[in-house]
Amino acid sequence: MTGLLGAALPAVPLVAGLTGLLLPPSPKGATTGEDRARRAATVLGVAGAAGALLIAVLLLVRVGDPVETSTTWIDLGGLRVTLGVRLDGAAALVAVAVAAVALAVQVYSTAYLRRGPHDDVEVDHRYPPYAAQISLFTAAMLVVVVAGDLVMLLVGWEVMGLCSYLLIAHDRRLPEAPAAAMKAFLVTRVGDVGFLLGIALLGVSAGSFSIADVLAHDHSTGTLTAACLLLLAGVAGKSAQFPLHTWLPDAMAGPTPISALIHAATMVAAGVYAVTRLWPLFVATPAVLAVLGVLASVTLLLGAFAATAQDDLKRVLAWSTVSQLGYMTGALAVGAPAAALFHLLTHAAFKALLFLAAGAVIHAVGTTLMSRMGGLRRDMPVTFWCTVIGLGALAGVPPLSGFWSKDGVLAVAQAAALDGAGPAPAWVGWLVWLAGLLGVVVTAWYATRLLLRTFLGERRMPLLHPHDPPAAMRWPVLLLAVPAALLGLAGFTQFFAHRLFLPTAPAPGEQVLVHLGPALLLPTVLLLAGAALAWTGWRRNPAADPARALGPLRPVFTTAFRLDDVQQALVVHPTIDLAWVAQVGDEMVVAGVVKGVGRGTVGLGGVLAALHRAALPRAAAAVLAGALLVGLAAVLLIGGAP
Amino acid sequence: MTGADVLLLALGAVAVGAGVLVVATRHLVRAGLYLVVCLGALAGDYLVLTAELVAWVQVLIYVGAVVVLLLFAVMLTRAPIGASDDLDRPGWPAALIGGGAGLGLTVLLVDAFRWTRVELPAAGTAERLGEQVFRSWVLPFEVLSVLLLAALVGAIVLSRPDIGRRPDTASTDEGGRA
Amino acid sequence: MRPVIPYVTAALLFGLGVYGVLRRRNAVLVLMAVELMLNAVNLILVTADTTAKAALPHGGQVFALFVIVLAAAEIGVGLAIVLQLYRLRASVAVDEVPLTEPPVPVPATTVVERPATTVGVDRPSAGSGVDGPEGER
Repeated sequence: MTGLLGAALPAVPLVAGLTGLLLPPSPKGATTGEDRARRAATVLGVAGAAGALLIAVLLLVRVGDPVETSTTWIDLGGLRVTLGVRLDGAAALVAVAVAAVALAVQVYSTAYLRRGPHDDVEVDHRYPPYAAQISLFTAAMLVVVVAGDLVMLLVGWEVMGLCSYLLIAHDRRLPEAPAAAMKAFLVTRVGDVGFLLGIALLGVSAGSFSIADVLAHDHSTGTLTAACLLLLAGVAGKSAQFPLHTWLPDAMAGPTPISALIHAATMVAAGVYAVTRLWPLFVATPAVLAVLGVLASVTLLLGAFAATAQDDLKRVLAWSTVSQLGYMTGALAVGAPAAALFHLLTHAAFKALLFLAAGAVIHAVGTTLMSRMGGLRRDMPVTFWCTVIGLGALAGVPPLSGFWSKDGVLAVAQAAALDGAGPAPAWVGWLVWLAGLLGVVVTAWYATRLLLRTFLGERRMPLLHPHDPPAAMRWPVLLLAVPAALLGLAGFTQFFAHRLFLPTAPAPGEQVLVHLGPALLLPTVLLLAGAALAWTGWRRNPAADPARALGPLRPVFTTAFRLDDVQQALVVHPTIDLAWVAQVGDEMVVAGVVKGVGRGTVGLGGVLAALHRAALPRAAAAVLAGALLVGLAAVLLIGGAP
Repeated sequence: MTGADVLLLALGAVAVGAGVLVVATRHLVRAGLYLVVCLGALAGDYLVLTAELVAWVQVLIYVGAVVVLLLFAVMLTRAPIGASDDLDRPGWPAALIGGGAGLGLTVLLVDAFRWTRVELPAAGTAERLGEQVFRSWVLPFEVLSVLLLAALVGAIVLSRPDIGRRPDTASTDEGGRA
Repeated sequence: MRPVIPYVTAALLFGLGVYGVLRRRNAVLVLMAVELMLNAVNLILVTADTTAKAALPHGGQVFALFVIVLAAAEIGVGLAIVLQLYRLRASVAVDEVPLTEPPVPVPATTVVERPATTVGVDRPSAGSGVDGPEGER
């Protein structure tokens, strides 16, 4: 029964998505939301997400201990691919988060993808495929969540890449959208190659792709390290870790609900989740964890600093996601998957909330630039308070959810640094811990800046009359505010904590998710320091951007340490040049030879044809001369008449 | 040298000389007349070689019909009376091939027969030849008759432009050519 | 009787015929040269009757008769063609006879690559066929 529910979990949104893809796009001239295709798409999308949420909650209640069901799908000689689900408490919790965020996004999108007050063209006639792609996206993520087999996991993983491509490119009015979608697809694909190779290595080594078999098999150290490093590439791609993080900020070109979906529930969560899924493998390879720790620290600080200087509301949030993902992978690196998953869940709640609230602001103001916002607090109180909760959780204000989960990460990092606990070397713990503490300051600073620039101070666009969003957008935001505020307290309950800890985690005695103690003071103080810095900067001149305090570093942060340019110079240009060489080689050499042979043959044939097309005199001369020659040859060779 | 040899030599010389004139003269009509001489000399040769029927048929069909047809053709194509300058094209390949063929055959035949001597066979009278044709060679004879019929039909179709044309193009072509 | 005399006569006549066929430009003269070649063959056939002892007597003479009949048929058809040529072109020069197809090696390639252009290439030859010599065939 539980296995059946687990299989139904991705199947429901999958069916809804595939059915939705069959719907025609809304007619262009139709009154918004009044045509049948759009209504059907709305019903399908919301019902798919709601069904998935229902099943996920059921699973959460039923699943205590890990459940595994599988049937053999393909048997390739020594390799077995199974089709099955592997459910445990963590999977159920992540599934609930995914389904909840997906439902919120679906409901929110019904209102967001209407003609807004600032849209001069109709935007919603492509709503049906959009809703269907969200359903597919959700289904793919749920496949990753419940997959009991690495190949199944890879299928969901790749479908997610496709859906992210389609959805980021949804808004055709933005010139950067197609390029951003292409970038997201290609960058994550680079990682996916590593992921695929890692899976192949593990599968071949274990003789089966079933996760249970792979975990149970005793791999050689070299194989394990190589496989985990390769998997790490895929994780870095999907979860936007340091060298492969560049796609995430650009993906802001997609509609805001899609950003919420990608950042909170689906894409970026998949990488972290995949690591926790295969955690026993990673525990056995401290070297890989050390690499992960370095990447996490770099990502954490890079994202945090880049977020400080952005003017685009969504880009601030995007970089904050990169930074928070650094916390999650940092927790993984110091050997605390439960802390990582906890932060993943709270992050899903508050980041979805933040993006949807930001969407409400963008919907009302018609721009994403903070320099043109300001003073929205009076006109949009609901959005304001929800954003306050979200930002508070992001920065880690007690007792909001982010505080507890971030503290959990910092606590395990501290333990790893000071006591040498966990599988990773102590210096990794130090690195993650210090980066995390510094990240707290910076996060508080940019969260405060975001709030001040957007909602407080003087209104910088006086002509506008912003307003709180319609009900379909307001309610998802309001409902998401609840877990964003309170999910951290759930960490105290045994129900929650017991599920988050993996069955393979070390000793049951250490299963403490939330740490209450004097160590909590340090992040709180740092948080207050960061917020106070931004506050004082703003108090001095409310009209100016607190980011000017960054001085000469500001352009560097705005361009995120110019890593895009580095990537452009090191990867994109050589690739394009190589492609050019290959193209020229193909056109000139390969096709040239083929065409040349063809032309040469035809030309020779033409010459011969012209020779054969002789007029009577030449033809007669040739025939008679030929006869004479044959006769001569006969005489000379055979030798005269008999 | 018997009398037959002398006759053969003389007639052969006449035939070859007339043949040279046929291919060398610059008068179209004269070429036809030299052809008559040549063919007549050959008919004489046949007589010496005791091929009576062939000789008379040669005279009747070749000299009587073919050459007359050729002369008709010369006239129908409005050939100029008198010498023409555009009858020939550059002659060295023709001389090479023709000379090669003629001299080569000559060498071959001279080498084969030398100065041997043979008895003349019984005369090829109409009776003997008819016996052969209608007894041993009757099948080729019938095939030949079919060929003649085909040539007859072909000649008629070729010389009648209104045969085997589509009605629409025939009318426009007639008008255009008139 | 020495057979070498008529044989040599025939060989020389054949060579003259070949020379004439290749040398002459006028179609009627070409036909005359062809007659010379045919007669040379006839002479060889008749002479062979005297030198070769075959199972059937007079085979050579019978063949000579056949060849004469063939020559008559050939001259009939040949002259019909010559007259037709003269009617079309007001000339009987054999080296001015145009070949039915102009040598166009280009369409062979364009058929493979761009089918659209073959229409343009084909049209002129089709148009010349209406008023040209090929229109008669």
